[in-house]
Amino acid sequence: MENIEKSPVLNPVTLSGSTGGLKLVIKNQNQSVETKRKITKVTHIISLVLVYAFLVFAAVLFIFPFYWMLITSFKGGDEIKGFVEGYEGVQTFWPMTFVNNYADLSSVFNFGTYVGNTLVVGIFSTIGTLITTIFAAFAFARLEFKGKNLMFTILLGTMMIPGEMMVVTNYTSVSNLGWTDGSRMGAYLAMIIPFMVSVFYIYLLRQNFLQIPNELYLASKVDGKSDWQYLWKVMVPLAMPSLITIFILKLMGSWNSYIWPNLITSGDRSLWLVSNGLRDSFSTGTNFDAYGQQMAATVLVTLPLLLLFICFKKYIMRGVSRAGIKG
Amino acid sequence: MESKNNWKAWLYLAPVIVLMAVFTLYPIINTVGISFLKNYDSLYKTYDGFTFDNYLEILHIKPYLEVGAMSFYRDEFVMVALPNTLLITFITVPLSIIIALAIAIALNSIKVFQKVFQTIFFMPYVTNAIAIGMVFSVIFDNNGIINYIFGTNISWLYSGSSGSNPNYWSALFALCVYIIWHSLPYKILIFLGGLQNIDGQYYDAAKVDGSSKWKIIRKITIPLLSPQILYVMITSFIGAFKEYTSVVAIFGGTGSFDATTGPSSMLTVAYYIYNQMSQTNTLQYAAAGAVVLLIIIMAFTIVQRQVSKRRVHY
Repeated sequence: MENIEKSPVLNPVTLSGSTGGLKLVIKNQNQSVETKRKITKVTHIISLVLVYAFLVFAAVLFIFPFYWMLITSFKGGDEIKGFVEGYEGVQTFWPMTFVNNYADLSSVFNFGTYVGNTLVVGIFSTIGTLITTIFAAFAFARLEFKGKNLMFTILLGTMMIPGEMMVVTNYTSVSNLGWTDGSRMGAYLAMIIPFMVSVFYIYLLRQNFLQIPNELYLASKVDGKSDWQYLWKVMVPLAMPSLITIFILKLMGSWNSYIWPNLITSGDRSLWLVSNGLRDSFSTGTNFDAYGQQMAATVLVTLPLLLLFICFKKYIMRGVSRAGIKG
Repeated sequence: MESKNNWKAWLYLAPVIVLMAVFTLYPIINTVGISFLKNYDSLYKTYDGFTFDNYLEILHIKPYLEVGAMSFYRDEFVMVALPNTLLITFITVPLSIIIALAIAIALNSIKVFQKVFQTIFFMPYVTNAIAIGMVFSVIFDNNGIINYIFGTNISWLYSGSSGSNPNYWSALFALCVYIIWHSLPYKILIFLGGLQNIDGQYYDAAKVDGSSKWKIIRKITIPLLSPQILYVMITSFIGAFKEYTSVVAIFGGTGSFDATTGPSSMLTVAYYIYNQMSQTNTLQYAAAGAVVLLIIIMAFTIVQRQVSKRRVHY
């Protein structure tokens, strides 16, 4: 910006900026309308160039970690740590020698098992969440009952409370329920059942249900449809975009969850979810080649999420931004 | 019809009520209860009465006398975890909000490629926090790309070849860079949504007045965006106070730093709670930590709401 303000031609216009329009007119008295228009055009173009330069710079910083992950996954350990003879300490933006870190990956990183566990946990907890969410949102949006507002307030109030409060007790609860006996079924239940309710999604879907006009409900009553039929035949199909959003965000949540599965599965590798496998499978340190394998594994974990994002961009971004509107 | 609807409504709500009673409401009460138990044995559910000592010990008010393997570390809650968490919060929240605002305003002022940029700026949101955290730890490696580009020789996260532990502040810097990078997409999305809802006539009026761009941002954009800014501020304060995964992702544990430069590890409040949970017979300390975390978050939220009452325009 400084360069522009110093340039003699633009001086009268830009300098007057902060003091308002009146001065601008006086200062430019001698200039024709044509030159003034030109000057505004030039400043506009320059500021546009600066905005794009800023955005491109920011975009590079946003993309760089993804690029570095991909490129490092094709590098050997010595190259990652800068120990290549003659190139000590040098990092290159393209592998000096291509190494296929993906080839032997399955011996340390059992991706298939982790994905299997994650999908079981993710799909069942997502279906569970969808069912509880649809029922609750329907009750809050369409039915009348005593204590409705109080119930809804309590529900929203629990969103304020940090999850750590629940985790402390739930950790003992699931073992009281016999789900931490080390069995596969137990671990799955412990990772699914406590996560079948989401207050935020109930809120989201209720807002969506409320937008459905009353006339549809009355019309279906005239047709002799029950509440149950109305919910599944009218409301659910109309709210499909929201339900898809919930489905995807919840699935992504399972893919990313680390803390709870880590507590539940502790040392049992065969029960790990994707994030646990990724964090705890590799012993880097002096084994430099493990760095390359680690990055190959992060690529495998990141790629499905990015693909999901590309396919369902609209749903994901809409769902996430919905959170901000309730101010 | 009223009464008929009544029991039906509760039937629809039943799954949510049952699940939340067991896994949300009961735990809140129970955790508060556990935090007051003396010598609680979580396996056999035995305890020796009620006490405030759990709080006093984690807050370093009462020293822990009994000699035990982990007893020494009990006051790490207030000596290490709380300072770390406060630093992370007060560095990452304001910085990420300012950067996100700048990007959102820039994004809102262009038409060509807006969607492309928007997609790029959302990418960090749809990533696995552990995965990208590990990438950042490679980027900040002692022999990594950051040291190479800037010609520095800093041990960011791990001890270097000399064997000395890294400086606390360089580790904190790397961690905060990652946390900010990871938290920007959500904020940009919310801010951009808010910006696109601002009525264009405000800007037209300002243009007629000949106001400068900076003045327009300060006097129109920021005030009209204040509900979104408040919302993002509260949610990111809460998020930053619960920071845990990013630390695990980058350091693979709590890390260990040169104690003369600051705290000797990157233990956070949430990390402390999970640590105490996974040890034997320390659940009451985890519970006390969780209650303190709850109180801090509540206090922050209330203060922010009060302060912003005069500043937020709905």
